[in-house]
Amino acid sequence: MCCVICWRAAASTAWAVLLLGPITAALVILGRFSLFHPIQTISECLSLLTSASAVFSLILLCGVILMIGFLNLEYYTVIPTIACSKIALLGQLLHPRQLVNSAVHCVMGIVVAWCCAITIGGRYETLGYTCPQSDGDSSSQMCLNEYHLILLLAGAFVGLSYSLLGVIHNMNYISFHTVQQYKYLRFKGALPLVVKCSATQALYSIRNFIVVYFFLGYIPKILCLYMNKQTIAGLLDLSLVYHLWISASFLLFTWHITLVLFRIFVTELYSFPVQSSFTEDAHQCLAKVLNEKQPMILKFLALQDLALLSQHSPSRRCQVFSLSQPGGHPHNWNAISKECLSMLTDLTQRLVAYHDTVATNGRAKSLSTGSERKTSSETSVTSGTEDLMSPRPTLLMKTPASVFARSVVGTPRTPLTAPFTPDLDSPFASPALRRLTAPVEQCSPWFGTVQSPHVKNFLAKRVLIMYLFNKLPEASSQALFADSQAHIWALEGLSYLVQASFSEDQFGVVQTALPSILSCMLVLQEAVDRHFKLPHASSKPVRSTGSMGDSTHKTLRFALRATLKTAIYRITTTFGDHLNAIQMSAEHRKRLQQFLEYKE
Amino acid sequence: MCSLALFPPPLPSGQTTLCESNNELLSGTTTEDQLKQVWSSPLSLYFPRESLKLHSRTESSSKAAFLDHSETLWMRSAATSEHTLLEGSGCILALLQKVSSFHGSLFPHLTLSSEDMIAEFSQVLNWSDCVVRAFAWHPHTDKFAVALLDDSIKIYNPKSATTPTLKHRLQRSVAAVQWKPLCASALAVACQNCLLVWHVDPCSLSTRPSSGCAQVLSHPGHSPVTSIAWSPSGSLLVSASPMDTAMMVWDVASESCVPLQRVGGGGVSFLSWSPDGSHVLASTPSALFRVWETRMWTCERWPCVKGRCQSGCWSPDGSRLLFTVQGEMVIYALTFTDTPGVGLCGGPQAAAVVADLSETTFNTPDGDIIVGGEIQSLAWDSTGERLAVLLKGDPHAADRPAIIAVFKTRTSPIFELLPCGFVQGERGAEPRLMQFHPSFQHGALLTVCWSSGRITHVPFYFLSAGVPHCGLSGSPSLPRPQTVPADFANQSLFTELMS
Repeated sequence: MCCVICWRAAASTAWAVLLLGPITAALVILGRFSLFHPIQTISECLSLLTSASAVFSLILLCGVILMIGFLNLEYYTVIPTIACSKIALLGQLLHPRQLVNSAVHCVMGIVVAWCCAITIGGRYETLGYTCPQSDGDSSSQMCLNEYHLILLLAGAFVGLSYSLLGVIHNMNYISFHTVQQYKYLRFKGALPLVVKCSATQALYSIRNFIVVYFFLGYIPKILCLYMNKQTIAGLLDLSLVYHLWISASFLLFTWHITLVLFRIFVTELYSFPVQSSFTEDAHQCLAKVLNEKQPMILKFLALQDLALLSQHSPSRRCQVFSLSQPGGHPHNWNAISKECLSMLTDLTQRLVAYHDTVATNGRAKSLSTGSERKTSSETSVTSGTEDLMSPRPTLLMKTPASVFARSVVGTPRTPLTAPFTPDLDSPFASPALRRLTAPVEQCSPWFGTVQSPHVKNFLAKRVLIMYLFNKLPEASSQALFADSQAHIWALEGLSYLVQASFSEDQFGVVQTALPSILSCMLVLQEAVDRHFKLPHASSKPVRSTGSMGDSTHKTLRFALRATLKTAIYRITTTFGDHLNAIQMSAEHRKRLQQFLEYKE
Repeated sequence: MCSLALFPPPLPSGQTTLCESNNELLSGTTTEDQLKQVWSSPLSLYFPRESLKLHSRTESSSKAAFLDHSETLWMRSAATSEHTLLEGSGCILALLQKVSSFHGSLFPHLTLSSEDMIAEFSQVLNWSDCVVRAFAWHPHTDKFAVALLDDSIKIYNPKSATTPTLKHRLQRSVAAVQWKPLCASALAVACQNCLLVWHVDPCSLSTRPSSGCAQVLSHPGHSPVTSIAWSPSGSLLVSASPMDTAMMVWDVASESCVPLQRVGGGGVSFLSWSPDGSHVLASTPSALFRVWETRMWTCERWPCVKGRCQSGCWSPDGSRLLFTVQGEMVIYALTFTDTPGVGLCGGPQAAAVVADLSETTFNTPDGDIIVGGEIQSLAWDSTGERLAVLLKGDPHAADRPAIIAVFKTRTSPIFELLPCGFVQGERGAEPRLMQFHPSFQHGALLTVCWSSGRITHVPFYFLSAGVPHCGLSGSPSLPRPQTVPADFANQSLFTELMS
């Protein structure tokens, strides 16, 4: 089954390679364009495109695209990794796997920049050139061509920043669209965004590169003579900046195209057979794939297929509701509903556990303040910004509470903090940290010495640490719902199947599972409602437009909440008062009655 | 195919249509007492024009009287120095202007102001002068939302004492409202610059929900929004703007949208999602409309001969689309036979004319009345048995009033249209907007918003043929329509057997 993904990745890379030709032609025209000699430009371009060096660089570029395609396949994920604090993000950036990725992108950037230098030609073409000796000697010597060097360095810089920004913006995260479209139309729709993103990101990267080069350019200068680009006037060479920007745009555009094609191909709907007549194909069946854990993408594809078949395809639904031939067991339905329900229960437990952690923090707070008052009157104000979901590194445990409190006050509050929610970060809602620090601080050597002057320096360091360790608002909420796309499909699939069973289920196989489905959904609904009462959970993320990164994961919890409600309503409107005949607890019945009366 | 001639004549002035019972439209004279009686029911509303504070109107008029003075001296001097510079590029500007004016001549609607554009493409008759600008029944319960001329929206629920009033900074020139299906609280509002999705908690006692309860959905270039449609499954929302050639498909929870771009037509003016969720009608400001299928979002193009598609409605099973074309006085029908499992819709080859509503003269005691002409909007009830057609009439001629003609329809086994009658209001009141209640128990309930500011409900009592009835053993409380032999009632206007 894994070869499905590999074939899709290969097909997407092949398309990216095919598109390389026209993109390179566009680069040649843009790179060599001269306003005053348009015809000469065209003839030059045509001759260049047929030259041997152009063919060689095209082959090199194909190799780069293949490599990028391979990296996409190697590094993609359907569940985003969400960094809960700045230090976690730093950890992600310095992870060995990510370092390899960055290094490879750096090298690829250099290769692309070299190809750009060849295609743009002129003064960029070679690394060295013969320059006359300064002391009047007739013999010439090789000098380093700085234009060429700048282009290569810019390529490396843009490649590196592509890789790093990829981590920050979760570029390797693949989201599935709610609106199904054919691949060509989806690609056509994505193209303007890719062009815009590549151009703007290239502009920013080149700006950053020029700044870096202006300050650090002396390092290559030691190696050679005749470098004048480090002066401001040298860097304000508009033609140079234009060529840098064009080649950076070209680099990013080809890579983004590869990425977009990969996303489009991989997320395309795959139709799994509901049941197969042959035992050797049994591992390809929907129920089998659903129950497997690895690879995750196949499970996602199977869930997507389930959600769509339950909605659109009566014949495949019929197969789901069918009974096995010898024995008469509804194996398909049992396997599908069991897996969906276990996923939903899993999410419910996760939410309840998270909520309990936060709740115990609240209780611990009142206890610990009482004990603290006994020991010292000074440590009346304290704060913590952590909860137990992200364990705090041990070095902070030694921090005296009041020092810690001041550093918190010094930390700028993010605007994302919802004004109407009780704020966990506020000094009066101190969570676990204080409980953890309370026993430590009593034996701490700094206890009571907060006012001494040498602490000032210490404080400044703490501000940095606080900045690094401070939890990003709503990140833990995002992390909790990181894989919720699967839950959304499970809810949709189940509710559509239950709705269809009202008229299509001949053997009543769904009826037996209806109480457990309803109670599972109601319990989840309760947990989700409770979660959204927590601070930051209901604050909307800032829209990031103009980036190739996918921000779908930031809003998954809202999508899950809406889908859950709709799913319950779908069942209650279909069955109506028949639901009163179902065995369920009084609490659930009360909740269900709310839905039957459209009061939720 | 003459059709309006088969209708019973319109009521003499002073009489209003009350309901349909025993296969007849019943009417009554409207004395003040009866007015009180009829409109004392909690759902009948009256919004006198004077009661609304029309602040927005005075604001805009006073703004026009003064010159805009936001430019600073520096900016003005910069502008003059730039002026000389710009002369060089003046020819380029002129060229751009030529291109845009050529574009405007291709699509004349692009030169309209946004208010005029909403009025032009709205389903409401004479939208800019209308006290009630939009109306929406909740798909599952007896509550509805009313958008008024002063840009506020009120929500009425007979089971609740509170009437929430929704106001928002961005809620200007409301063109349409629609409740989200399979949800109790979400209401989408098409505004001048954006889309708003209100979340009005049905259990809340607040009469003024804060603007924090509203999600703002906007996309550059996608304004004014003139039409919106929720998918019947409640998962997606589509919106249309005549200025934007792309139709937006919104995932409201995550506030993300997918533009579905098709260049021809110059914009999208009206949307209607079929009740089974399989198709979306999207008409454009030019003589072209599209029917999208919603699985893979591909579309069929339907060029019209005369004008744009003004209005359309779907049969409850989503297999039949009725639509009207601007400048023509007929109703067309398209039949879709969806083959299950195949993504593409097996579409028809050509639209069939099912009703001719050309002008017909009736002799009434008050003199001759001419009924018929162009059609403003269509509404089909959820059982598929009554079709209401809002005829534009002529506002300048007293004998050509705007009127609602109601047809009886049957969709299975064959499609049939029969005359039912005209729905009229009190003297001098013109119907502006109409909608059927989506889940009325005893037949169909047509809600009409009148030019006077009244909202009335006209019930059509009948037993639906499509819905199985519980008490079949006992005689139905109301006789079946077919049993009454009225001379016009059984005269079919259109059946599929004819064509």
